[in-house]
Amino acid sequence: MNTNLLWLIPILPFTGFLINGTLGRKLPRGVIAAVALLFTAVPALIVADLWIYMKSAGAPLALTLTSRPWIAVSGFHVDFAFAVDHLTLIMLAVVTGVGFLIHIYSVGYMAHEEGYWRFFAYLNLFMFFMLVLVLSASFLLLFVGWEGVGLASYLLIGFYFTKDSAANAGKKAFIVNRIGDFGFLLAMFLIVAHFGGLDFTTVFSNAITIPAPITAICLLLVLGAAGKSAQIPLYVWLPDAMEGPTPVSALIHAATMVTAGIYMVARCHVLFNMSPTALTVVACIGAATAFFAATIGLVQHDIKRVLAYSTVSQLGYMFMACGVGAYSAGIFHLMTHAFFKALLFLAAGSVIHALSGEQDMRKMGDLRKRIPITFYTMSAGVFAIAGFPFFSGFFSKDEILYQAFTSGTSVGKFVWAVGVITAFLTSFYMFRLWFKTFFGESHVMEPNLHSHGAAVHASSSSKLALEAEHDSGQASHAHGVHESPLVMTVPLMILALLAVIGGIVGIPTAFGGHNEFEHFLDPVFSTGSEAVTAGSGGTAIILSLVATLAFALGLYVAYTFYVRRPGLSKKLVNANVATKFGYKLLDHKYWVDEIYGRLIVAPLLAVSRVLLNGLVDTGVVQGSVGLLAGGTAGLSSLTRRMQSGNIRSYAGWLALGAAAVIAVVLFGHYPLH
Amino acid sequence: MNFDHSILTLILLTPLVGAAVLALLPEREDQKLHAMGALIVTLITFLLTLHLPWHYNYSAAPGSFQFEQNLNWIASPAIRYHLGVDGLSMWLIVLTGFLAPIGVLASWNTIQLRSKLFYSLFLLQQVAMLGVFVALDLFLYYGFWEMSLVPMTLLIATFGRTENRRRAAIKFFMYAFIPSAVLLVAMVWLYAKTETFDLPALHAMATSHDIVASPKALLLCSLAFLAAFAVKVPIFPLHGWLQEAVSETPTAAVMVLAGKLGLYSILRFSFGIFPEQSHAVAPLLIALGAIGIAYGSLVALIKTDLKKLAAFSTLAHVSFVVLGIFTFTVAGVDGGVFQILNESLVGAALFVLLGLLYERYGTYEIRDYGGLASRHPWMVTMFVITTLAAVGLPMLNGFVGEFLILSGAMQSAITHHVVWTVVATTGVIFGASYMLWMIQRVFYGSIGHRPGEVRGWDLSAREHLELWPFVALFLIMGVASSLWMKAIDGFGAPVAGYPTTTLSAVNTKEAR
Repeated sequence: MNTNLLWLIPILPFTGFLINGTLGRKLPRGVIAAVALLFTAVPALIVADLWIYMKSAGAPLALTLTSRPWIAVSGFHVDFAFAVDHLTLIMLAVVTGVGFLIHIYSVGYMAHEEGYWRFFAYLNLFMFFMLVLVLSASFLLLFVGWEGVGLASYLLIGFYFTKDSAANAGKKAFIVNRIGDFGFLLAMFLIVAHFGGLDFTTVFSNAITIPAPITAICLLLVLGAAGKSAQIPLYVWLPDAMEGPTPVSALIHAATMVTAGIYMVARCHVLFNMSPTALTVVACIGAATAFFAATIGLVQHDIKRVLAYSTVSQLGYMFMACGVGAYSAGIFHLMTHAFFKALLFLAAGSVIHALSGEQDMRKMGDLRKRIPITFYTMSAGVFAIAGFPFFSGFFSKDEILYQAFTSGTSVGKFVWAVGVITAFLTSFYMFRLWFKTFFGESHVMEPNLHSHGAAVHASSSSKLALEAEHDSGQASHAHGVHESPLVMTVPLMILALLAVIGGIVGIPTAFGGHNEFEHFLDPVFSTGSEAVTAGSGGTAIILSLVATLAFALGLYVAYTFYVRRPGLSKKLVNANVATKFGYKLLDHKYWVDEIYGRLIVAPLLAVSRVLLNGLVDTGVVQGSVGLLAGGTAGLSSLTRRMQSGNIRSYAGWLALGAAAVIAVVLFGHYPLH
Repeated sequence: MNFDHSILTLILLTPLVGAAVLALLPEREDQKLHAMGALIVTLITFLLTLHLPWHYNYSAAPGSFQFEQNLNWIASPAIRYHLGVDGLSMWLIVLTGFLAPIGVLASWNTIQLRSKLFYSLFLLQQVAMLGVFVALDLFLYYGFWEMSLVPMTLLIATFGRTENRRRAAIKFFMYAFIPSAVLLVAMVWLYAKTETFDLPALHAMATSHDIVASPKALLLCSLAFLAAFAVKVPIFPLHGWLQEAVSETPTAAVMVLAGKLGLYSILRFSFGIFPEQSHAVAPLLIALGAIGIAYGSLVALIKTDLKKLAAFSTLAHVSFVVLGIFTFTVAGVDGGVFQILNESLVGAALFVLLGLLYERYGTYEIRDYGGLASRHPWMVTMFVITTLAAVGLPMLNGFVGEFLILSGAMQSAITHHVVWTVVATTGVIFGASYMLWMIQRVFYGSIGHRPGEVRGWDLSAREHLELWPFVALFLIMGVASSLWMKAIDGFGAPVAGYPTTTLSAVNTKEAR
C-alpha cells in the first residue's frame, strides 16, 4: 500500500472539522452529519487496509513517514513524522473503529440539539488530534496530539457553555491536564538536553548508552500520564467532565483520549524498564486509583458518574499492568475497555434519552421491558466489565491480575490483591447500576417527562436558543419512555458483540488459547514474558477462579441489596457512627475537591493577591518609585522644585545631570579607565 | 530597478512623509479622512517591508548585514547614516509594518476627536520603531530610541481612557527617560574609548577584545545599556510603569507599547558590544525571566480588570523571551527571537479584541461581563483562538517559541538552570489558568449585567479584517516556523556560540 495514505488518516477528520467549523452554521443537519461521518469512515477504511497489509507482510513491520521539519534550529530539529508499528495499529483500530460508531450514534443522540455543527466539528477535531497522537514518531508530535485532544475535550465538556457547571468543568479539565503537561514538558526538556532529539528511535536506541536521569524523566512522564489518564492525584477532572454530551463521555472520556497516558507509558517502555522506581510508582498509582475510584463509584446516584469513576478505576488497572511491566496486558485491557465502556456510556445515553434527560438512578427502575435493546446491550457491557467468565473484560482483567501476581516485582502481590478487591467492588457497583436502572420498582416520573420536554421545546424555539441547551440528547422529545432509534441502537449492538467476544484474541494458553494479542505486540515490547508464563497454567486457572469468585460475590451482594432486600443497604449505612461516616466519606468523594480547593487553589490565589500583587507590586515595585520621588523631595527645596510634575523641567534636570556625568567621565580623572 | 540599497530609507520615509502630510491636512468634520490617509500610508509601508524577506539572502554568512546603506553624516564625532538588516531585525521590521494598518483599523471608530493629531503621532511612533530596528550607528539608533518615547507619551497623555492618563504618561516617560539618559552617557564613554559609533565595528572590536578599558568599567557600561533596555521591555521588577500605561493607552498604541524595542536592543547592543558582560549577568537575568513568567501569570490570575490582566500577561510573555535569550543556547536565543514575534502578535490580537469589547460595552471590568458567547459567536471564536495561541497550544505560534526557550533553559550551562526551568514551566499551568478563567467569566455562563443593558453586535466586516490576519499567522507560524526560523537562526546560532562549520552542514541537511 502507498504509505502516503497515512497522512490522510488524520488530515481527513481535520478537513471535516474545517468544513463544519466554518460553514456548518449555514449547512442543513443532514449535510453536517454526512461530512462528519464520511471524514471518519474513510480513515477507518484506510486503517483496515493498513491492518491487512501489515498482517500479510509476515515479518513484524514498522512503517515510517517523514515530512519537512516542523521546528528546526541549528543542532535540533523535529519533523512531522509518523510511525506505525503493531501498537499503533491497535490504537488506530480502536480510535477509528469505536470513533466511527460513536459518530453514528451521535447523529441520533444530538439530532435535536442546538449547535449540531459545533458538536460534529469538535468531534472531528478530536479525531484529528487523537490520530496524530497515536501515529506520531516523536515525543513532540505526540504532545501535539496530547494537547489537541485536551483542547477538543475542553470544547466538548463546555459544549453547553451557558451552564456554569459545564464551563467550569471544561476549564478544570484543561487546567488539571496542564499540570500533567508541566511534567510531560519537563521530561521532554530533559530528553532534549541529554539525547539531543525527541524522535522515539533516537531516544530509545540511545537510552542505554547515553547516561541520562531516566528515573526523573519517567516520573515526569508519569505525571503527564496521570493528568491525561485521570490517575491519582490528577483524576479530579474526569468525573466533572461528564457535563459534556454523553457520546463525548463515551468517545473521549472513556474509550480513547483518557487511555493516551497508558499508550504513552507503553510507548516509552524502553525507558520505564530501565527504572524500577518509576515502574513501582506507576503500579502503586494504578492500584491506589483503581481502588479509591471504585469505592467512590459504590455510592454515586448519577448514572454517568458511576461510569466515570468506573473509568478512572479501570484506567488504574491499565496503569497497574504497565507498572508490573505487562504492557501488552495493559493495552489488551485498553482495547476491551474501549469496547465495553463505550458501550456502557452509549447505553446510559440511550437510557437518559429514553427518560428525556434524567440521569439520577433513583428516578429509574424497571426499564428492561420498556427499552429492551438498550437493556440487553447494556447487560453485555455490565457483564463484560464485571468479569463474567469468557466475556472480554474477564480475559483482559485476568491477564493483568495474573501478570501482577507472577511478575516477581516487589509490589506484584500487593497490586494483585488490590486488583482482586477492586474486581469485587467493580462487580458490585456495576450490578447496582444494572439493578437500579432496569429492575425493581419504577421510579420514573412520567408526567414530568412531558412538561420537561415541552418546556425545553418552548424555550429552545425562543431567540436565545443556546441557553436552553442541556444534555438531554432529545430536547424536543416529549412522548414518554421510548426506545432509541436504530441509528443509536445499531452501534450499541455492534459494541455489545465486541464486549462479549472481544476477548477471544487474548485467550491465554491456560484456557487453550494462544494469546494472539500478546504475540501480536511482541515485536513492540519484545519481552520474554511468554517464557515466564509457560508451565504455570495451574496458577493461571486458580487466579481466574479467584477473580470469578470476586465477580460472583459482587453480583450476589448487589442482588441482595437492590433486589432481594431493598432496605438493607440503608439499614447498614445507618448501623453506627463508623458506617455513617464511611458512607459520608464516599458520598463526598473523600472531599478531595474540597481539599484541593482549600490547600492549593485558595492559598495560591491568596498569595497572588496579598503577597505578589499587594506587597510586591503595589508596595515594592510601584512604591519604590514613589519612595524615591518622596525621598528626593525631602532632601532640599531645590530637589522639591525638581518634583514639579512638569515634564519639561524633569527633562531639563535630567539633561543637566547627564551632562554633568559626561563631563566628569570625559574630562575628570575618574578611575573608570 | 534595484531597491536593495534604498529600501530601508524608503521604509523610514514613507510613514514620516505620511505623518507630515496628515499634519498639513485640514482638521475636517469628516473624521475618516485622516484614518483613511493613515491606512494607505501604513499599507504602503507594510508592502515595502515585505520586500525584505522576499529578497533576503538566507545563506549569507552569519553575522552579516543586508540591504545596507552607509553614508557619512557628521565627520566629527564620526556619526554615520548606517542602516542594515539581519536575521534578528528583519522580521521585527515586517512585524512593525504588519501591525500598523491593523492599529489604524482598530482606531477607526474609537478615535473621533483630534484624529489628525492621533494619526500623525501614530505614524511618527512607527518611524521611530522602524528606525530603532534598522539603525546600525549607535548615535542614529539613540535618536530613534528617544524619538520612540515622545509620540507614545503624547498618545497616552492625550488619548488615554480615564482621568489617570497624565499620571500614566508621566510615569511611562520618566521610567524610560531616566535610564536612557544614563545610556547616553555610556554611549559617549564608549565613543571616547573606541572613536566609533558604528555597530559592526564595535561588534568586531568586542569579539577581538580591542576595546581598551578596565573590565569593571566595561561591566558598568554594559549595565547602563542593559538597564535602559530592561526598563523598556520591561523585565521584572522594572515593570512599574506597565500596568497604568497599558490601562490608559489606546488600542493602536498599546499593541506596540512593550516588548520588542527593548528586547531587540538587548540582543543587538548588549549582546553585540558586551558579549562577555552579558554572559556574566546571564544567571541573574535567567532568574528574573523565570520569576517574571510565574509572577506575571499569578498576578494576572487575580486581576479583575481586563486591561490590567493583559498587562501582566504581557509581563509573563516578555519574560519568556528574557529567559530564552540569556540562556545563550541556540534553542533559547532562536526561540526567544521567535517569541518576540509571537508575543507581539498574540498581545496585539488580545488588545484588539479587548478594544472591541470596550467599544461595545464600555468597561474592562470582568465582573460586568458574562455569557457573551451566545451573542457573539465569532468574537468568542477569535478570543478562544487567541487564548490558545497565548497559552502555547501546539500547532499555534506560541508553542514553538515557548518550547524552544524552555528546552534551551534546560540545556544551558548556568548553575541552577534546572530550578529556573521548572519555575518558568509553571507558566504553562498558570498561563492557561488566567486566560481560560477570563474566557469563562466573560463569555460563558449566564448573561452579565452590562451586556444585559447594552446590546452589542458580533464582528463587523472591518473587525473580521483586523482579526483574521492574526489567526492565519498564529497557524502558519505554528506549523511552518522554519519560514521564519531560517533567518532567525542565522543570528541566533552565532550568538549562542554554535560552531558555524556544522551550522552550514545542518542547514544543507534541512534544506533537503
